[in-house]
Amino acid sequence: MTNEQPFIDVRHAQKSYGTLEVLKDISLQVSKGQIVAIIGPSGSGKSTLLRAINDLDPLTGGEIWLEDKQVNKDLPHRQYEKHINKVRQEIGMVFQHFNLFPHLTVRENITLAPKMLKGISDKDADKLAEEQLAKVGMSERIDYYPSQLSGGQKQRVAIARALAMKPKVMLFDEATSALDPELVEEVNLVMKALAEEHMTMIIVTHEMGFAESVCDRVLFMDEGVVVEEGPPEIIFKNPKNERTQNFLRKHLNG
Amino acid sequence: MDFDLILRVYPYFLEAALVTIQLAVLSIILGLACGALGAYARLSRWASLRFAGATYVSVIRGTPALIQLFILYFGGPQIGIQLDAFEAGVIGLGVNIGAYMTETIRGAIIAVDKGQIEASRTLGMGGWQTMRYVILPQAARLMIRPLGVNINAQIKGTALVAAISVVELTYTAQRYIGSTYKPFEMFFLAGIIYMVIIYITGLGINWLDRRAQIK
Ligand SMILES: Nc1ncnc2c1ncn2[C@@H]1O[C@H](COP(=O)(O)OP(=O)(O)OP(=O)(O)O)[C@@H](O)[C@H]1O
Ligand SMILES: [Mg+2]
Repeated sequence: MTNEQPFIDVRHAQKSYGTLEVLKDISLQVSKGQIVAIIGPSGSGKSTLLRAINDLDPLTGGEIWLEDKQVNKDLPHRQYEKHINKVRQEIGMVFQHFNLFPHLTVRENITLAPKMLKGISDKDADKLAEEQLAKVGMSERIDYYPSQLSGGQKQRVAIARALAMKPKVMLFDEATSALDPELVEEVNLVMKALAEEHMTMIIVTHEMGFAESVCDRVLFMDEGVVVEEGPPEIIFKNPKNERTQNFLRKHLNG
Repeated sequence: MDFDLILRVYPYFLEAALVTIQLAVLSIILGLACGALGAYARLSRWASLRFAGATYVSVIRGTPALIQLFILYFGGPQIGIQLDAFEAGVIGLGVNIGAYMTETIRGAIIAVDKGQIEASRTLGMGGWQTMRYVILPQAARLMIRPLGVNINAQIKGTALVAAISVVELTYTAQRYIGSTYKPFEMFFLAGIIYMVIIYITGLGINWLDRRAQIK
């Protein structure tokens, strides 16, 4: 679509659990500032693909590149750890179940990694936390514990925590599907704001309306392959593949 | 029941109870150290360390503590380990409870939600940083109660060292039976003192547990 070098380059990703092949030769290029949605039925491999991008679920074949760096390198343990911890700082990830650190306050959740990894001072860390929380509209809760927040608030803090590392890319794995319906919008708004800042994002979602309104490109996955991909107006309005049509019929009406 | 007798001998029992408490405290400290090392070994990336940890746990849990004490105290000199009865008691009991604590500590660590590790690693934190700042603080809270169970067992377990003649509470009760022929009173008194020690320890553990819980 563009002549730009891909920012994220997934080359022939393959993943098996024993004899079960979960990703079957998937390739995907995302350019800088692009927002890609991944949709598809349960078990189709969306999370696996997303989690392969930061090597949380290592591939069994293929390569992941972030700009000019290969992510999933085969290195001796120590070197691999050093390498991957560097790369992961550039890839923010948001989980379905938030995974905030329950023993830390909102502020500490956000500052822990920047303090440990970037050696910033307490004062700068506080400033960073305030900045990021303002972005997600959670400034007033800076000294709360996660257990004192609603699901939507937790997810906004989780996003702020990821952003505090100043990542180049954000990965979202069904960031709103554990939320009560009335809390979905506040998280979607935060993601939309990120989109407006041209954050590069890959978003696994079951929310077709959201995908349609914020994404530049949609991938429909089924049984470990990308069945169809294209701009949202094509995928949602005029899908060519029968599997895509069937999936969307169920999800757009139901 | 001969209350006069109890009133006459109880100061000696209290003295013996101090030895019991010393045994318990020292062996519990040793046990916690063994438990931490054991859990570290059992969760290690290295197969040989995991094997060593698993062997420690199964050998200790697979044999009576009394036999372990006898091997250390009576068998030790044969292989060049000379310990007095108290030392053998502390080491024997500590290494014994350490195996149970290994499983307690390991259990608490693996009970922390895997999503916590993922969140931490995703931010770029290393394995050790994740353990230290994310997993252990949460595991520590989870292990207070089950460690309390181990500690309770250990306090009662100190009675075993009477068998190698450490002059603690149970041994003292037995000795006074020899001169008074009143086993009911003597064991009753010892039992009450054990109960008080365990009760107070239990209060301490409850207090710690309440304080440690996440708001
Ligand atoms: N650790 C694992 N061991 C074995 N199989 C696994 C493992 N993790 C995932 N799978 C399998 O891989 C396939 C893809 O799973 P994945 O979680 O990527 O699907 P998904 O598209 O994200 O589904 P959902 O919409 O339900 O989240 C599924 O069949 C799943 O059972
Ligand atoms: Mg999934």
